[in-house]
Amino acid sequence: MVVGTSVQRVDGVAKVTGKARYTDDFTMPGMRVAKYLRSTIAHGRVSSIDTSQAKALPGVDGVFTFEDVPKRIYATAGHPYSLDPHHMDITDRYLLTDHVRYMGDEIAIVVAVSDLIATKALSLIDVEYEPYQPLVEAKDALAKDAVEIHKGTGNVVKAHSFVAGGDLDAVRKECDQLLEGQYKTQIVQHCHLENHTAYAYMDDLERIVIVSSTQIPHIARRIVAEALEIDTGLIRVIKPTIGGGFGNKQDVILEPMVAFLTKKLDGIPVRLKLDREEGMVGTRVRHPFDVKVQIGLDQEGTVKLIHFDALSNTGAYASHGHSIVSAGAAKTHYMYPRAVYSCTAKTIYSNIPAAGAMRAYGSPQMTFAIECAMEEAARTLGMDSAEFRLRNGARAGDKSQITKKPIMTCGLLDSIKKGKDLIGWDKKRALWPKEQTGEVRNGLGVAIFSYGSGTYPVCVEPASARLILNQDGSAHLQVGATEIGQGSDTAFAQMAAESLGFSFSKIHVVSCQDTDVTPFDTGSYASRQTYVTGQAVMRTAEQLKAKILHHASIISGLEATLITISGDNIVISESPEIVVMSVQDVAIDAYYNKERGGQITAEATYKARNNPHVFGCTFVDLSVDIPLCRVKINEIYNIHDSGIIINPLMAEGQVHGGMAMGIGAALFEELMVDPDSGKIYNNNLLDYKVPTIMDIPDLGAAFVEPNEPTHPYGSKSLGEPPIISPAPAIRNAILDATGVAINELPMSPKTIFKYFKNAGLI
Amino acid sequence: MIRTISCTVNSKPVSWQIDVRMSLSEVLRTNGFTSVKEGCGVGECGACAVLLDGIAVDSCLYLAIWADGCNIRTSEGESKGGTLSEVQQAYLDNGSVQCGFCTPGLVMSSTEFVEKHRGEKVTRDQIRKEHAGHICRCTGYESIIRAVEQCMKPYEKGK
Ligand code: FES
Repeated sequence: MVVGTSVQRVDGVAKVTGKARYTDDFTMPGMRVAKYLRSTIAHGRVSSIDTSQAKALPGVDGVFTFEDVPKRIYATAGHPYSLDPHHMDITDRYLLTDHVRYMGDEIAIVVAVSDLIATKALSLIDVEYEPYQPLVEAKDALAKDAVEIHKGTGNVVKAHSFVAGGDLDAVRKECDQLLEGQYKTQIVQHCHLENHTAYAYMDDLERIVIVSSTQIPHIARRIVAEALEIDTGLIRVIKPTIGGGFGNKQDVILEPMVAFLTKKLDGIPVRLKLDREEGMVGTRVRHPFDVKVQIGLDQEGTVKLIHFDALSNTGAYASHGHSIVSAGAAKTHYMYPRAVYSCTAKTIYSNIPAAGAMRAYGSPQMTFAIECAMEEAARTLGMDSAEFRLRNGARAGDKSQITKKPIMTCGLLDSIKKGKDLIGWDKKRALWPKEQTGEVRNGLGVAIFSYGSGTYPVCVEPASARLILNQDGSAHLQVGATEIGQGSDTAFAQMAAESLGFSFSKIHVVSCQDTDVTPFDTGSYASRQTYVTGQAVMRTAEQLKAKILHHASIISGLEATLITISGDNIVISESPEIVVMSVQDVAIDAYYNKERGGQITAEATYKARNNPHVFGCTFVDLSVDIPLCRVKINEIYNIHDSGIIINPLMAEGQVHGGMAMGIGAALFEELMVDPDSGKIYNNNLLDYKVPTIMDIPDLGAAFVEPNEPTHPYGSKSLGEPPIISPAPAIRNAILDATGVAINELPMSPKTIFKYFKNAGLI
Repeated sequence: MIRTISCTVNSKPVSWQIDVRMSLSEVLRTNGFTSVKEGCGVGECGACAVLLDGIAVDSCLYLAIWADGCNIRTSEGESKGGTLSEVQQAYLDNGSVQCGFCTPGLVMSSTEFVEKHRGEKVTRDQIRKEHAGHICRCTGYESIIRAVEQCMKPYEKGK
């Protein structure tokens, strides 16, 4: 068995030796450097711009402003194209703009022979602005006389509302208790270690090649085509090894610009690479949410209704803004699927950096609100927090109120039970005093989550794979799906080896995507790849296997139905110890026999029409130092139902990484905006408190593994979910320790101080 | 201003003509040592860490001219004759590599740690403190600590 074992990741050696090549590790003779001129105000118009001095500087190849770019508005969200005109992404960007919508907006760009000259040229551009009042907060953006950030929108990107599972008013009347709460989440930035970077050049007078650190090469190709009005077939996007994305590279940020620049400059190679400070404001951030939740309960402690009213701030441009709240709402519904579920939501524009996709796409924000509210519910009823969730949480066989489809596999309750054991919940509850008084107080907390394994039925879920048998009996596997660090290439190789009867080392994954070569797949997002692309890989492997057996049967004269592949050999199905020949023998014959055969290849494409849900929880034991307003995590566990685990070691790593990001968002991280000017105070890795190794405690991960029937290896999603539940679990543990409910993130000493002071604790 | 520096990189003597304004990371990368990554360029993330006379430094903050006469080690040089170093192998054994962008720098700090503390019994706290100059956004650091612990184990026993 290869599936289910912790084989070494396929790109591991390349990465520990530093041989793995990322976008910036490639260079070309004569490559130029591009740099943006970014606005120094958050809202207004460029009233005049003078680039003549910059253009005259020796070493400058070109200076382009909003006046020079195509008058073509486009959408940047990395979604697959939608055939439904009501479900298109929002087109609200030009390559460069004279209408400044956040501090750092892109108004001009310089191309020069070196970094230094490009920087010098930027300083020679004269810009004058007509400034408007920056609209930073919702109340400003939605004020009656507010200037429209995008014309005709009233500063509202989208409003949604739905009720699923019953009549809201009727259920409200049936409830014995209605509880309300309001919860706020902050602006978080992805901080993938490799910044956004891309370069482009031309192959001839028409064809543009773009090399980019992207999660979505095939989508990037389409969006560049749309933005520049070029045929898709003339654009080639190559994705080398990528240094993390977490959703920030599920957006088309630099690719249209580098394509535009090389085209303008007769095809010379142009690199555009953002530095950290630029990237933290000029790419995407996580949407801050402000959510009001109402929970309806009966006397027994059953949750009858969940209603929420969410406000999401997408900042300067829509990016993914139109779909974040609805996706978050739909995916979190599965936590408590037997309750009536109702949502009203509004996403607004404002003059802060554009928010887009980030790990778990709206679910961390929604789950923070719901799991805080559920904690109040349990406490109001006097019920144990874990018991309350065991009573109300999803079970296999429950029906989704939204899709009306049953939940096939659900390990939520088992994961809660496992979490209780791991943290010693019952024992600590029994031993710890009910009321604590000292300066340092201990608390236990729990929160649960649910998530999806892709985007179906909201979006199309296509994946494709190709396998080529080599002369040595190994195979090359090409996928359009993208390895971004999460380990998908290794999981694909495991699945291919398993289906083919090959040993793991005989599968070579082509890790770099090249849209001229690799088959179509929409890329890395929505934790979709092992679930969706895995099925394309399995189908391709089955085809290749059938072709190998067919050729082996021609060579050996044995019926193809009597033989199979095992351990890199053709063997008799009934007696696998009898080796007929090696796969290599078949390959050599197929390639070189003058009379028969040919290269053996297979290709399959697949569209997922299922979206199984994943579940799990966080359990935490922490201490709160009341005078210092500081939280110390003593123990923390995430328990996941992701179906059958393909690679336990890598799965554990995904969980650890998500937990650390969740802890960061819970306790430290916040991109801070000046409410008057719209200036970001801390767009660097020193002042933005991304957790270091000192800030993250020992992490525990565990799995429950129901076998998902819709996947050939029983697998469901894993990449994003680990980030979802740490923040509410930590918040609930602080409440447990101190009696104080912190209803906003991050729960940094600054925030905690405010709450403790109000509560009279300090 | 152009100057010549002579140093040893991964056991090989080199002599480079450099612009005195260039950082060590820039010079190393230009000369093909692309394991040296740039995540911030200002000494916040540790992705560009190399060993300079045995001590991990952020090469983005270190002028190349200062490295004249020094012995430099980068991740490329840690595997020898097709075999990974014990730290590199421990990173693979413990799943300490995801996107890999932080990895070459972290491998060098772990190498410094393991060489420095050989024979000692170390705590997780000590491992944390001596890797605090690195940001890894993917792993949550747990597997990195485990990799270092794996490297320290045999020496502990031998004590
Ligand atoms: S493995 Fe991606 S930053 Fe460490």
